[in-house]
Order: sequence, then structure tokens, then C-alpha cells
Amino acid sequence: MYEIVETQVLAPTVHRMVLRAPEIARKHRAGNFIVLRIHEKGERIPLTVADKDVEAGTITLVFQAVGRTTTELGELKAGDRLLDLAGPMGEPTHIDRFPGVVVCVGGGIGVAPVHPIACALKAAGNRVVSIIGARSKEILIMEEEMRRTSDELLVATDDGSYGHHGFVTDVLRDVIEREGKQNVSLVVAIGPVPMMRACCKVTEPYGVSTVVSLNPIMVDATGMCGACRVTVGGETRFACVDGPEFDGHQVDFDELTQRLRAYLDDERRAMQVWNERHGSHSCHG
Amino acid sequence: MAKINRLPRTPMPEQEPHVRARNFDEVPLGYTPEMARQEASRCLQCKKPACRKGCPVQVYIPEFIDEIAKGAFGRAAEILKQTNSLPAVCGRVCPQENQCESYCILGKKHEPVAIGRLERFAADWEREQGEVKLPELPPKTGKRVAVVGAGPAGLTVAGDLILKGHDVTVFEALHKPGGVLVYGIPEFRLPKAIVKAEVDYLRRLGVRFEMNAVIGKIRTVEELLTEDGFHAVFVGAGAGLPRFMGIPGENLNGVYSANEYLTRSNLMKAYLFPEYDTPVVRARRVAVLGGGNVAMDAARTALRLGAEASIIVYRRGREEMPARVEEVHHAEEEGVAFRLLANPTGILGDDNGWVRALQCVQMQLGEPDESGRRRPEPIPGSEFELEVDAVVVAIGNAPNPLVPSTTPSIQTTRWGTIVADEETGQTTMPGVYAGGDVVTGAATVILAMGAGRTAADAIHQYLGGA
Ligand SMILES: Cc1cc2nc3c(=O)[nH]c(=O)nc-3n(C[C@H](O)[C@H](O)[C@H](O)COP(=O)(O)OP(=O)(O)OC[C@H]3O[C@@H](n4cnc5c(N)ncnc54)[C@H](O)[C@@H]3O)c2cc1C
Ligand SMILES: Cc1cc2nc3c(=O)[nH]c(=O)nc-3n(C[C@H](O)[C@H](O)[C@H](O)COP(=O)(O)OP(=O)(O)OC[C@H]3O[C@@H](n4cnc5c(N)ncnc54)[C@H](O)[C@@H]3O)c2cc1C
Ligand code: SF4
Ligand code: SF4
Ligand code: FES
Repeated sequence: MYEIVETQVLAPTVHRMVLRAPEIARKHRAGNFIVLRIHEKGERIPLTVADKDVEAGTITLVFQAVGRTTTELGELKAGDRLLDLAGPMGEPTHIDRFPGVVVCVGGGIGVAPVHPIACALKAAGNRVVSIIGARSKEILIMEEEMRRTSDELLVATDDGSYGHHGFVTDVLRDVIEREGKQNVSLVVAIGPVPMMRACCKVTEPYGVSTVVSLNPIMVDATGMCGACRVTVGGETRFACVDGPEFDGHQVDFDELTQRLRAYLDDERRAMQVWNERHGSHSCHG
Repeated sequence: MAKINRLPRTPMPEQEPHVRARNFDEVPLGYTPEMARQEASRCLQCKKPACRKGCPVQVYIPEFIDEIAKGAFGRAAEILKQTNSLPAVCGRVCPQENQCESYCILGKKHEPVAIGRLERFAADWEREQGEVKLPELPPKTGKRVAVVGAGPAGLTVAGDLILKGHDVTVFEALHKPGGVLVYGIPEFRLPKAIVKAEVDYLRRLGVRFEMNAVIGKIRTVEELLTEDGFHAVFVGAGAGLPRFMGIPGENLNGVYSANEYLTRSNLMKAYLFPEYDTPVVRARRVAVLGGGNVAMDAARTALRLGAEASIIVYRRGREEMPARVEEVHHAEEEGVAFRLLANPTGILGDDNGWVRALQCVQMQLGEPDESGRRRPEPIPGSEFELEVDAVVVAIGNAPNPLVPSTTPSIQTTRWGTIVADEETGQTTMPGVYAGGDVVTGAATVILAMGAGRTAADAIHQYLGGA
């Protein structure tokens, strides 16, 4: 059993959870994720390690309640326990001291997974420009953490309630133009699939290498089932062991989008059952 | 004596095909004590029992059968356990027709003794009596062994070494111990309660289980030896990496590896969705690609998940199918259809990215190839489409590279299997042993257990035991 040390609501439907997991904290590298299962009947779901404290022996998850498991997870409190927690999973981010500037882009919940990468890049001596965005100010997360770990932080909101009025992609284009494409060594873009795809569209003409973190549906996350397969550069890869980070210019985003829809009906049904049992907080007021 | 021998093999009662094809309960119901004693009485009690030669772990076959004939069922179970730590499992899933039973002397003129069914009976009887008595443990040696993977190979090593006084910790990547026994082989062939009982027994003996521990990630093999103070490591990580065919359309929605399909259903209990949270596609028509036991399990699972049609698509003929005859028979009885000599060439999707049909070409058998089997060749112009809404790819598994790729001292073959000495299981890394599917490639439960036994003996010697 894995103890929940602390929980916090960061924004509507967005939760932060600190878990006691000393070994995972010690072994974690930027880019890694964990797989958890809440109880005996629960699904195994992957979540990125958004932060860690090796001394305290804890890891931090930041997640959005989008369906049954994440909703249930969001209702847990400090002192509650998770049945299973496995990790760190996945290949860590390639961290190096890059010339010029590296740009970290986080959209929506994607700010959470981008945070440890920005930290690692910063610690390796890079000049880090971060761009974070959300639909509106109230659901923007981890601004302070990102500011601390970046040389420069730029914010965009779709509705213009904070920072640049528009998308992170607009800001990304401005940064590349401003710095000069030859001075941008790397863009790391993490967020919803359309946002990652759009970032790749922006960087491609400049020839700026762009890493994205893919979030296909997973089951075991040890390379045993192939549920997480994605097509990168025309080849099938297993995101849980070969990724989750890949060269964004090579990713088949259409296929990823299609595969993420595989269980829509079941997910709705699972959510319905959950709501009936626990009383819906969001739908029936 | 001659009269007794002509008694036919005692049949084992089974659930009716049309009933069982829609539930996940075990298919064969097992012998009653009377049936078991009757079947046991058929055994000739050979002085030089041929049957033992066919058993990879050399079960004392006539001896345990004799105890059953006498009605001493508990004693029979004890004898079984001297060489086989998982008799309730092996009695169910061993390919007996190629192993012990194929050597039985009675089989020459009549039908062989039903060794597997008797093994299952004795083990079940013992388990149903309640808590199994623990043997006396020798004093602790102070040596610690790490076992990677809680499949049959790893469980055997753990059981053997704890009985020799060593401390054993099993590290398992998934949340439940058992390996393929829990995630692959379906409930209707091997109830999970049996695997749990075996694991609980090991726990009571003092074996420690660390679940959710992926070796290569949370710790490397190297670290187990240098930092964590283990004196030896056994790698029994299995052959869990699914192969795909490499045909167009394999990433459409509704296409599964057999591992994923079976893991969702067995380990995650998707057949109980939405009571359990993990879903699996409830397809109307399912094509299963392959002709082995895994394919039969997937095809039979598809029926139980509500499919109207479950179709095995195999590129060779019936004779060439590697699955056990009994499994093919069970599948057929339940209504699984067979499209033999049909090679899948592509999977077609609809506008939403869902499987709509499987494209195949009809094959004919040509000259024998290196494996001695006649090589299938496509018949030109014989392409056809099979309308299906799910496809399960069951063409085999390779070893998962996680352990070797993080342990450079462990040498592998070009098939990704770990190189290990046949006599000892010793790998190219000192103190590290391996066995089971990770060494042989996908094989059988009993061979994995045999390899575990061999390695356990070698590890015991390595640790200074006699
Ligand atoms: C490597 C990896 C790291 C991830 N890190 C995070 C993270 O740090 N924070 C976070 O909030 N989420 C993260 N995700 C996504 C998270 O795993 C899913 O949101 C979660 O599995 C949904 O489960 P559910 O039962 O709550 O929702 P479901 O009922 O299963 O799904 C509800 C909705 O979410 C979508 N969905 C389902 N599975 C995924 C998925 N794997 N990725 C994206 N959308 C999905 C469905 O299409 C559906 O619209 C990550 C995914 C991966 C693969
Ligand atoms: C669907 C199916 C049906 C089968 N039916 C039969 C049958 O009827 N009869 C028969 O004899 N055989 C059958 N087999 C084959 C048989 O199950 C295997 O040969 C046997 O299980 C191999 O045992 P093992 O211990 O080597 O590996 P496995 O059973 O594969 O166990 C390996 C374990 O190691 C774990 N692991 C892997 N990597 C790591 C890591 N890095 N760290 C920690 N843990 C790790 C895995 O999660 C797994 O639990 C079947 C196989 C399948 C897939
Ligand atoms: S372990 Fe398998 S091969 Fe050996 S006697 Fe039992 S059923 Fe036969
Ligand atoms: S060979 Fe057959 S008859 Fe002889 S001991 Fe073995 S099981 Fe009995
Ligand atoms: S999630 Fe099963 S192989 Fe990646």
C-alpha cells in the first residue's frame, strides 16, 4: 500500500497528490512516469511524476479528472492509500547541455510533465525558456514552479484572461523568431494531442528538433501488451518502454488520436456507474 | 490384471459446451474420489515406469498413483510435491499427451493412464482440505537470493531455495504474482484461486514478494547484487514481448495482441466491466491469428466476452497447428470456427479507425521447410475478406528486453533470449542465473519449472550448500 501524504486542488478538476514512494523518488529521472491502481477492481493508469523530494521520500503527481479512475483518485485524501504503484517507467528524457536556448512548452495538464524536464534541463546548465498555457487563467497550473526553474516564463491563455491572448504555439513561433532558429536547440512540447501536433507544425519549417511526450492508453506499461503502440517514423513503437518521448516530427498524431478514442463508450459507461454510486458532483449540481 | 487394463480411461466430467462457452468457470470439473481411484487402479505400477521419462521434472508417477488407488490422497499430494511444486497447475495445463502420458506403457495397446487428471485430483483434494501443512524448514543459511519474475520458473526457484534455508525475495513487475498463469491462461482453464493458493503457500514458507517492482527500472540486477546485498539472482522474466505480423492496419482500433486481450480479460477482469474498471472491446465477430495454445485461449475468451463468431485464422493446415489437441477440440466444441490455410495480409478499417475486415489469401502446402513442416504458399488470385470487428494477433512472444538491456554483463542470443548453461542456468554474469521462457523462448509451464529446479540446485551449490 502506498500512502497519500498530501492532496490539493490546483484548479477545477486538476489535482495535485504527494505520495510516499522513497525508492521511486530516488530512481526517478525527468520524463519517467508511474502506473497506479487505486483498489482491487481498479484500472492501471499512467501518470507522470511531476516533482519529487528525494529526502522526504515522496513523489508528486498532477492530474486532471477526466474519467472514472482520475475522478476517483481526485476524491482521495491525505492518509488514504493506493493499492499499487509501479515505477519509474519509460525512458528518461535525453538531458544535455545544449547550445543556445531550449524551449519547454506545456499546455493544460501538460505543464505538470514538462516541469521535471525543465528542471533537469536547467540543472544541466541550459538557458530555459518556458511557455505555459491553458484555456483560461483559473485553470493555469504550476506557474510558480515553472517560473522558478526557467530563465524566462511566458504565459498564454485561450481567452486572454492572463498573459498572451491566444495559443502557446503563437508564443513558440515568436520565441523562435526572436532567438533565431539556429539558436533554438530543442523544443519540448507536452500537452493535449492537438497542442503537441500544432507545436510540431510550428517548429517543422524552422527545422527545430521537437520532442513530444505521448499519452496512449496503457495496460501493463512494461512492454508486455502493446496497447500503447504508436507509429513514429513509419515504425510501430511501444510508448511505455520505447518512449513516452519521441521526435514529434515523426509521430503519426492521427493514429494516436484515433487510438485514444478506442474506449469512449466504455469510459462513459464507467463514469456513469461511478456517478450513480457516488452521486455526481459536477453534473447534477 | 489384463481385465483391469481393458477398462477405458475414466472420463472427466465437463461443463456442457454451449453453457461453458458463455461463462468463465473452469471447463473440466475434475474427478470425484471414486473416479480417481478407478482411474488410478488402471496403472500397472511398472517397475521401470516409462511415464517418468516423459515428465520434465520426473514426478514419482506410479508412487503417487498408488496412493490414490489406496485412497491415501494426502500422501499422493505429498509425493507429487517432492518434485513438482505446482501439481494443481501442471495437472491442468501440461501437454500430457506429448509428455508423461505419451510414454505410458498402457498407451501402446489401450489408452494411457490419465496421469494429469490424477495429479490435478490429488492436488485439489489437498487444497480443499484447508491449510496445507508446512514442512519443517532447515536453519537459515544467511544467504539471500533475489528472483526476478513471479512466473512458474521464479516460483519454483523461490520454493526450492526457501526449503534449503536461504532467504528469498521475488520481484514482480505486475501487481499479481503468477506470470502467464495469472495474466495469460484464462480462468476457465486455470482458476486464479489455484495460483493464489500456491503463492500463499510460498508466502507462509517465508518467501517475500515485492510486487510492482520492475527490475531494470526500480533496481538493476547489478544493484541487487552490489547495493541490496543479495548473494545470487535468478532471472525468470518470461517471454512477454508480443509479436505483431507487420501487416497494414495493425494499429486500428479493435486490434489486440493476445497478451493485451488476455491481460485485460484475466488479470484486469474486463469480463466483469463495469464492476471492474478495465474495459475490453466486446466484438461481434473476432478473428484470432495463429494456431497455438495462446490463439485457442484468445478465441475461447472471445466467445465468453459475447462474440457471435470467433474465428481462428491459421496459415497452415490442421495437422500443423501447434496447439494441444485437447484445446483445439475444446475450442471446436464451443463453436470456434477455423479458417485454415489462410494467411492474413491486411486489416481494413472504417472511417473511424475501427476494424471492419481481415484481408487474407488462401494458401496451399508445398514442400517441407527446415522445420519439417510443409511450407504454405499463397494461391494466386485467392484473396478474400473476412468481415470482423476485432482481430487478436497470437503469433508468438519474444523475451522482454528490459532486464538484458539494463544488464550489459548478461549475454543474449539474436532472438533476445538470455544465454544460460543448460546444466545450471548460469548466465554470463557471475551469481546470476536464468531459466524458463526468458532462456528458451515461449515454451511450457513444466519446462519453466524444470529450469527453475535446475537453477535452484546450482544456486544452492554456488551459495556453498551441499
Ligand atoms: C505516459 C503517460 C503519462 C501521463 N501523465 C499524465 C499526467 O501527468 N497527468 C494527467 O492528468 N494525465 C496523464 N496521462 C493521461 C492519464 O493516464 C489519463 O488521463 C487516464 O488514464 C485517464 O483515466 P480515467 O479512467 O480517469 O479516464 P478514462 O475514462 O479512461 O478516459 C476519459 C477520457 O480521457 C481520455 N484518455 C484515456 N486514456 C488516456 C490517456 N492515456 N491519455 C490521455 N487521455 C486519455 C479518453 O480518451 C477519454 O476522453 C498520462 C498518460 C500517459 C500514457
Ligand atoms: C495464453 C497462454 C497460454 C499458455 N498455455 C499453456 C499451457 O496450456 N500449458 C503450458 O505448459 N504452457 C502454456 N503456456 C506457456 C507457459 O505459460 C509459459 O511457458 C510459462 O509461463 C513460462 O514461465 P516463466 O516463469 O518462464 O515466465 P512467465 O510465466 O512469463 O513469468 C514471467 C514473469 O516475470 C515478470 N517480469 C518480466 N520482466 C520483469 C522485470 N523486468 N522485473 C520484474 N518482473 C518481470 C512478468 O511480469 C511475469 O510475471 C501458455 C502461454 C500463454 C501466453
Ligand atoms: S508434471 Fe506434467 S508431465 Fe510431469 S507428470 Fe505431471 S502432468 Fe505429467
Ligand atoms: S507407464 Fe503407465 S502404467 Fe506404467 S507406471 Fe507409468 S502410468 Fe502406470
Ligand atoms: S502498455 Fe503494455 S506494452 Fe506498453
